Amino acid sequence: MLKTQDSVFLEFDNVKKSYDQKNLVVKGFNIAVEQGEFITLLGPSGSGKTTVLMMLAGFESVTSGTISIRGNSINRTAPYKRNIGMVFQNYALFPHMTVAENLGYPLSVRGMNKTAQRDRIAEYLKLVELDAFGDRYPGQLSGGQRQRVALARAMIFEPTLILMDEPLGALDKKLREQMQYEITRLHEQLGFTVIYVTHDQTEALSMSNRIAVFNDGIVQQCAPPAELYERPANAFVAEFIGENNFIKGKVDRIEGGRAVVSIPGEGTIVAEAAGGLVEGANSVVSIRPEKLFIHPTTHDHDNEIEAKFIARIYVGDFIRYYFRLADGSEIVVKVLNDLSAPEFSEGDTGRLQWLISDSIAFPDQAEMPETMG
Amino acid sequence: MADTMAANPGKRDSGLASEDARNAAKEVRARRMRAFLFVVPLLVFITFAFVAPIATMLFRSAYNPTVAELVPASLDTLKEWDGVDRPSDAALTQFAIDLKRLANDRTSGRLAEEINRFMPGTSSVVKSTARKLRRVEDAELQQSGVDLLIEANEAWANPQVWRALQEAGRTYTSSYYLTALDLETAPDGTIQQRDTKIYLKLYGKTLWMALIITVLTLILGYPLAFYMAHSSTARANFLMVFVLLPFWTSLLVRTTAWIALLQTNGVVNSTLIALGLTRDPLEMLYTQFSTIIAMTHILLPFMILPLYSVMRGIDPSYMRAAMSMGSRPIPAFLRIYLPMSLPGLSAGALLVFIISVGYYITPALVGGTDGQMISNIIAFHMQQSNNWELAAALGSLLLFLIIALYWLYDRFVGAGNIKLG
Repeated sequence: MLKTQDSVFLEFDNVKKSYDQKNLVVKGFNIAVEQGEFITLLGPSGSGKTTVLMMLAGFESVTSGTISIRGNSINRTAPYKRNIGMVFQNYALFPHMTVAENLGYPLSVRGMNKTAQRDRIAEYLKLVELDAFGDRYPGQLSGGQRQRVALARAMIFEPTLILMDEPLGALDKKLREQMQYEITRLHEQLGFTVIYVTHDQTEALSMSNRIAVFNDGIVQQCAPPAELYERPANAFVAEFIGENNFIKGKVDRIEGGRAVVSIPGEGTIVAEAAGGLVEGANSVVSIRPEKLFIHPTTHDHDNEIEAKFIARIYVGDFIRYYFRLADGSEIVVKVLNDLSAPEFSEGDTGRLQWLISDSIAFPDQAEMPETMG
Repeated sequence: MADTMAANPGKRDSGLASEDARNAAKEVRARRMRAFLFVVPLLVFITFAFVAPIATMLFRSAYNPTVAELVPASLDTLKEWDGVDRPSDAALTQFAIDLKRLANDRTSGRLAEEINRFMPGTSSVVKSTARKLRRVEDAELQQSGVDLLIEANEAWANPQVWRALQEAGRTYTSSYYLTALDLETAPDGTIQQRDTKIYLKLYGKTLWMALIITVLTLILGYPLAFYMAHSSTARANFLMVFVLLPFWTSLLVRTTAWIALLQTNGVVNSTLIALGLTRDPLEMLYTQFSTIIAMTHILLPFMILPLYSVMRGIDPSYMRAAMSMGSRPIPAFLRIYLPMSLPGLSAGALLVFIISVGYYITPALVGGTDGQMISNIIAFHMQQSNNWELAAALGSLLLFLIIALYWLYDRFVGAGNIKLG
């Protein structure tokens, strides 16, 4: 996208960052964000996502490249002049000030008069449903309440851009879901732009307009959640986002965007060919556990392989079946917990079936990423 | 319905049977006893090494039995005296008899010393009279003790001497406290100011010097603690070694090092002369200046350590949050960081101030006359003038002063704000 284009609000242009003058932590980050978008930077720890956020906030310098807002570079703008709201993982609420004083801080810094401040504070406390908590100190609030105050404080001076650095990391599962909803609601209601950093993919998938998946300082893929899940650009993204099975094989031939892959000891299967796949090379074929079906099934299928049953784990709403392929690799199948869930005993052989369009053949990278917790 | 109730153990009656309650109480008692045993050695040590000496000091400052034990009969007869004219003949006679007895017991010197404290110059009066009365027969003393006494030294006709004796004879007295506060009892019994103010001036100077030292350690220590708290653990630990280094060398060595630096032909002066900044060497040693500079150096770790440990606990995101909200670094520091570091700051300041108020060794070595503090005068009264009561009174006042300062601090800052780590 061109900088002159009106719709571009925030742009990273080939931004690099090195801390030790030897290694790059961020290796050429590019993104163009539109006004009002909710962008999530997702990646394992140490992937460079927080560094990107810190450069945007102005707490880390940019080694090379340009960060610009509305076409103007902010590389050399002091953090306090950027007018960017920020929510921290530990909330960073000032412990010696009441909730109202915390909210009033950015306003008094801007020289707003006391009455206007009071009105604005009341308005934002109402917005995060903490009307009665203005006189409390942060130490007297629960984790979820602190998070709401931190959100209100980042929004109260009406910045056009709000950064969130793993804001829900310290909350338990239930509160986290509640706050995800809360943040989404405020985002839609107020229309600010959000750059959100997290290592929690569920959080990223449920909240964002677009997700940039980071690994090793590089954006592996930047796409809307559904596309990221359904059409991962490479094996890392396929592995990192959601759960996936990988079957190793060799590409026999590629025809019409589909690869015919021969699996040692299993015959051949057909899958959508990912970019960079060449005939004769090694490949990994990814299939989501919920897209696999165990024979007998009413679902259509294009591929079928046989595998040895290992274990069946009862999860509740669904059942996980573990199978082993001839080459020793494991395959997980997720089956809805209904009457059709089959019974197996150890050593049985099952027939696993799936559609071509549900599987993607990626080039086999020498180093497959480790499974992320 | 009844089935679900029974299946739910949470709904059961939680009341304890009396035996259960007894067992639980026994358990708690046993745990308390064990905990107490752990602190017994320390408790015993503190009682003997800390509580008892302080209690003795407080008692000593007001308890003065020497004269009352030496001449109880004379003090008895003096009770009738109106305190204006010469005491009665009976009193004088009784004192002459007592003094003769003391002279023969060789304890008249102690009496002389005690009375002298209340009326300088009377020591020789008592001693010479005692010498003259030693050989006189008891019967003769009984007969004409008054004349013999006044003949021996006409000072005995002066009612002031008798007042001094009476003062010195009180077993419990506030006079040492009055002296320590530069006050005295006038002949008519009212309390008045002494002509020369020694101790009040010294207390004032001690507090003033302690304040300067506290401020100096704060100015030097705060930025260093800040830097250490914001650098990597490896660098902070490396710097911490330098902060703690003074603790590993003898206090005496460090103070002597300052003597080497500051003396007339010392390092500082020769450098200044070599650089042409001054022609004549500056007089730095044995002044208030040298005391302050050496004590600042010695007490600096006490400021840095609590500051550092508190600052280390302040997450950098607070300053970042303040700046992201549009605050410039210095206002953000003053409004956010400084209040958050206050617990360490008050702990350090209080520690340095209280230690320096009672500091002895450094002013004694490098202070000269100008740089003496209250502890030095207390030591003087204990070692040289042998006036333990006054030393105890001065020490007690120092204790009360520090308690008062702590109370003030608690009023305005709050003792709960102190944090050492």
